[in-house]
Amino acid sequence: MSQPLLEVSGLTMRFGGLLAVNGVNLTVNKGQVVSMIGPNGAGKTTVFNCLTGFYAPTDGKILFHGEEIQGLPGFKISRKGMIRTFQHVRLFKEMTVVENLLVAQHRHLNTNFVAGLLKTPAYRRAEKEALERAAYWLEKVDLLPFANRTASTLAYGQQRRLEIARCMVTQPTLLMLDEPAAGLNPKETDDLKALISDLRDNHEITVLLIEHDMKLVMSISDHIVVINQGCPLAAGTPDEIRQNPAVIKAYLGEE
Amino acid sequence: MKQLHFKPALLSLVVVTILTGLLLGVRLTQAGTGLTITGASPDVLWKIAGAALFIFLYNLLRDYIEAVRGKLPAKPSMPLSLSKLSDIVALRRLFWCFIIAAAIVFPFFANRGAIDLATLVLIYVMLGLGLNIVVGLAGLLDLGYVGFYAVGAYSTALLGMYFQIGFWPGLVAAGALAALFGFLLGFPVLRLRGDYLAIVTLGFGEIIRILLNNMTWLTNGPNGIGNIEKPTLFGLEFSRRASEGAQTFHEFFGIAFNTNHRVMFLYLLALLLVLATLFVINRLLRMPLGRAWEAMREDEIACRALGLNPTAIKLTAFTIGATFAGFAGSFFAARQGFISPESFTFIESAIILAIVVLGGMGSQLGVILAAIVMTVLPELAREFNEYRMLLFGLLMVLMMIWRPQGLLPMKRPHLELRT
Repeated sequence: MSQPLLEVSGLTMRFGGLLAVNGVNLTVNKGQVVSMIGPNGAGKTTVFNCLTGFYAPTDGKILFHGEEIQGLPGFKISRKGMIRTFQHVRLFKEMTVVENLLVAQHRHLNTNFVAGLLKTPAYRRAEKEALERAAYWLEKVDLLPFANRTASTLAYGQQRRLEIARCMVTQPTLLMLDEPAAGLNPKETDDLKALISDLRDNHEITVLLIEHDMKLVMSISDHIVVINQGCPLAAGTPDEIRQNPAVIKAYLGEE
Repeated sequence: MKQLHFKPALLSLVVVTILTGLLLGVRLTQAGTGLTITGASPDVLWKIAGAALFIFLYNLLRDYIEAVRGKLPAKPSMPLSLSKLSDIVALRRLFWCFIIAAAIVFPFFANRGAIDLATLVLIYVMLGLGLNIVVGLAGLLDLGYVGFYAVGAYSTALLGMYFQIGFWPGLVAAGALAALFGFLLGFPVLRLRGDYLAIVTLGFGEIIRILLNNMTWLTNGPNGIGNIEKPTLFGLEFSRRASEGAQTFHEFFGIAFNTNHRVMFLYLLALLLVLATLFVINRLLRMPLGRAWEAMREDEIACRALGLNPTAIKLTAFTIGATFAGFAGSFFAARQGFISPESFTFIESAIILAIVVLGGMGSQLGVILAAIVMTVLPELAREFNEYRMLLFGLLMVLMMIWRPQGLLPMKRPHLELRT
């Protein structure tokens, strides 16, 4: 087995007296879909925030591509190819759909001030490539006809899809989705499932997922981690989790 | 149902009679103990009677007139392509070319006062465009923008006074120094947003002014700096007599000396600076940097998650915004020939901010329009001297109620994906 893509050991996050995350371990191998589940307030999003550099973890080690990244600022971590969405949609609302995708490609573009002023050939080429990549992903999430609409005028489901497309244009290796199915109708959830499978199977994307929709989690995950009150509770394949008495007690409910 | 509208017709008859009477100068004036009607010549009375009769008949027979009108062939509808004229790029270019051409020929037809006022408008356009980067695009409320304007003006003046540096190198130096100050101010305020940012920048603007006021050994304090060198055209001076080793404009071209030449030259110079500013900002808007500014305004957290460095992006916004203020300040100093800290009070910041808000955040044409409104209106309203600020405030309140997005809100660029 080669080196795992993401390896988290003993991750701890303390806010004053509150221990939000306590010794969470997590291993994500390349090409997997790993889900993190747990009751509300279990600390799943806090784990996400620690991984992506929005919080500096109190303790623990995060290895991404075998490189320690804990405590780095968020933008540096995301440049390494770890990109996330948020629990609540965070689009650039007053900008158009395609502009949202162009902003995301900022670091792939020619940001040289003079080159942009003079519109040099290299600059034009970079812009054109960015537009093509944007068009590719817009088509993938069925938003191509809305390319020049303002992001805030899209329907909720479309906004969620745009957020995923915006992550994908940055060409990540690890995509982290924070409750992507929240507020979606059953059909949209099915589409989301197909999209995540497609990303894993055809685009070599590894996905780390926080989700409450058990049907989605159980059908798509290769590996599931359960967190309860900041502590790791169980980890394993969907079948193992379904059978685990502790998980049933804490989360799925006793029968 | 067709019917005669007798009552409304009678009412409008009375209203029209009274109004036209007043408008055409029929007055009751006091003569001795009684009143007499003046200004009511038969000619005027005939006109009033005609108007009243027309309005009476029109209102009376409204239904019948409408019926006849309805039978007339309909107006040809306008083809859709025409109604979308403003979307055609070539036409928009033509529009801009027309505006620029009009701005260039303007000083050759206008009088001196008008040209002077127009030059002032152009300075405010430049300031508005610069502040628009910081406030409109990057969404950082900057109340101390006048500080950079002062830095630009004083750089040119002081360099000229101590090192005999002329206008053109002074202009470059002013831009660079203002940029440096923008960069320096950027650092402490990086973590601040909203109200806190506004207060810190407000303080910065005041610090600059008070420093200029109190560092008498350097800046001459409240007495200001005079005799600032005027701009030259490739070394040609616009004065009656040339200074040593220089040549004047009228001598070089062999025309009679005219003080208007200098005013016109200053106007054209300001126009050139504004056009350069417009060009740079237009390109910036469509560059990754400009988009990043707007994204930062919309959602900083999402920006960080996408790998954008917020520090660098905010600093560039402050720096580039300040540079334009520096250029404007330098030009202002050279035009006035005299500057003192008095010219850089908070009210200037407020006016520039008002221009940005009034014009529509992020919109360039809006800023230009608003700069014209904000500079020309106070000149026109000179007669209401005491009430000027009151009118000004009223205008802002009404604008915020009815058109909070500004006169001409920014339009999103349309990007063509796959033809």
